[in-house]
Amino acid sequence: MERRAILEELKKVLYPYTENKEQLENIDENTNLVKDLKINSASLVDIIIDAEAKYTIEIDFDSAERIITVGDCINAIAEKIK
Amino acid sequence: MNRRVVITGLGVVSPNGVGIPAFLSAIRNGVSGIRYHQAYNDLHFNCQVAGMPEFEWERLKAYVSEITFHGLQGHALGYGIMAALDAWTDAGNAIGGKETMWDAGCVFGSSVSECEVVKKIYNRVDAGEAKKLGSRVIEQMMNSSITAYISGRLGLGNRIIATSAACATGTQAILMGFEYIRQGTAKRMVVGSSEHVDPYIFGAFDSMRILSRKFNAMPEKASRPMSQTAAGFVPGSGAGALILEDLDYALGRGARIYAEVLGGACNSGGQRNGGSMTAPASPGVIRCIKDAVKDAGIDPQAIDLISGHLTATAADTMEIQNWCLALDRNGRNFPPVNSLKSMIGHSLSAAGSIESVAAVLQIVHQFIHPNINLEDPNPEILRQIDPDCLPVKMIEKELKTVVKANFGFGDVNACLIFSKYN
Repeated sequence: MERRAILEELKKVLYPYTENKEQLENIDENTNLVKDLKINSASLVDIIIDAEAKYTIEIDFDSAERIITVGDCINAIAEKIK
Repeated sequence: MNRRVVITGLGVVSPNGVGIPAFLSAIRNGVSGIRYHQAYNDLHFNCQVAGMPEFEWERLKAYVSEITFHGLQGHALGYGIMAALDAWTDAGNAIGGKETMWDAGCVFGSSVSECEVVKKIYNRVDAGEAKKLGSRVIEQMMNSSITAYISGRLGLGNRIIATSAACATGTQAILMGFEYIRQGTAKRMVVGSSEHVDPYIFGAFDSMRILSRKFNAMPEKASRPMSQTAAGFVPGSGAGALILEDLDYALGRGARIYAEVLGGACNSGGQRNGGSMTAPASPGVIRCIKDAVKDAGIDPQAIDLISGHLTATAADTMEIQNWCLALDRNGRNFPPVNSLKSMIGHSLSAAGSIESVAAVLQIVHQFIHPNINLEDPNPEILRQIDPDCLPVKMIEKELKTVVKANFGFGDVNACLIFSKYN
């Protein structure tokens, strides 16, 4: 799957976790999940769990800890669904 | 010097009405919230009726943020949030301020974590999938989950205390909040309690053979406190909440005052002298009521209404006897007594707070709600008090002082004295 397609799908995963819906619509790979989208850092765990369920993949704890931006998210997902 | 404490806000999620207007109308008109549940039949419960609030989960979206709502589970938590926030706004307060309110706290009680929610955790962990539990489980499983959600939403910065004292929980929570304001620790307290009787808790009570099982075909008749045909309680669910406030503080902000809390008491019979894990010892109950009357500084003869615990079990007769002895009143001199449980069943931890909301509403609107299903009062009770003390229809009456008590497993007792504000 193309990175662009993953990003579009990712918006749906992130939707319940941010009140900045407008900003969510305009995210790019550099968008910081906590700083830009104001996502509670505790929610990152839930986002990863939701992404795992959506793509039927497993993101290990070490990869999960490296997720800071939307691009990091896409990396973690793209790596697993290759 | 003791501060005076008044009630300025009310909120309720009750089997016979969600929200104060619906609840007030229901208790005035003796509307039962007890329904038959096919699920309990399927589970082979002896008791197949219950009082469940008609609670629309989606309505919580108006109470918590969208992000909080996503992943929120647990009925008792939902009921508690709604009742507490309704009470807060009913008191004329806004929600969502930016600053911590250091003078406002919360005492809110519940009895057990919701087994239906816990079951999901067990299943995940046992399947080796703990990793998938996510970040929202602990905050909803901790005993302090309801106080954590309420205080976070409102920005409360004074004492935040989650309590548990079985069926005395609600009454005790109100008493604690009252004491913090009276002693000057806080200016405002959100107090109350919440309960959701899920099938697992229901089943465990059913197994104790203390639930009503003979009225499954007539659910509205099933909860019969003080009746000769009373044979067990009907489980109920819901939440009640009150905003207690320092009188001067309330006057200073021009708040509407519903009633005053004059005093109260809380104790235990120590599971001695007839008391046990499940039965209250009369000496403890009598002492608790006497202490509450003394704390409030009132003459027991001045009590206009007793809001009893009165669950519709064999303990009702003993409870009436205890009231007679504690207040030194009997026969025709006994005050009117009613049990909200006739309409909504016994909502365990939530009973004390929902019944206190009812007590305050009766003071505000000057009426006594009926005891429904009391067409056949227990002769043992009629040996102690006059039949006129057991209203079966709504009575409009001047009410100044109402006493409310609840007694819980573990032999714990709590009693409150509410009064018309002058």
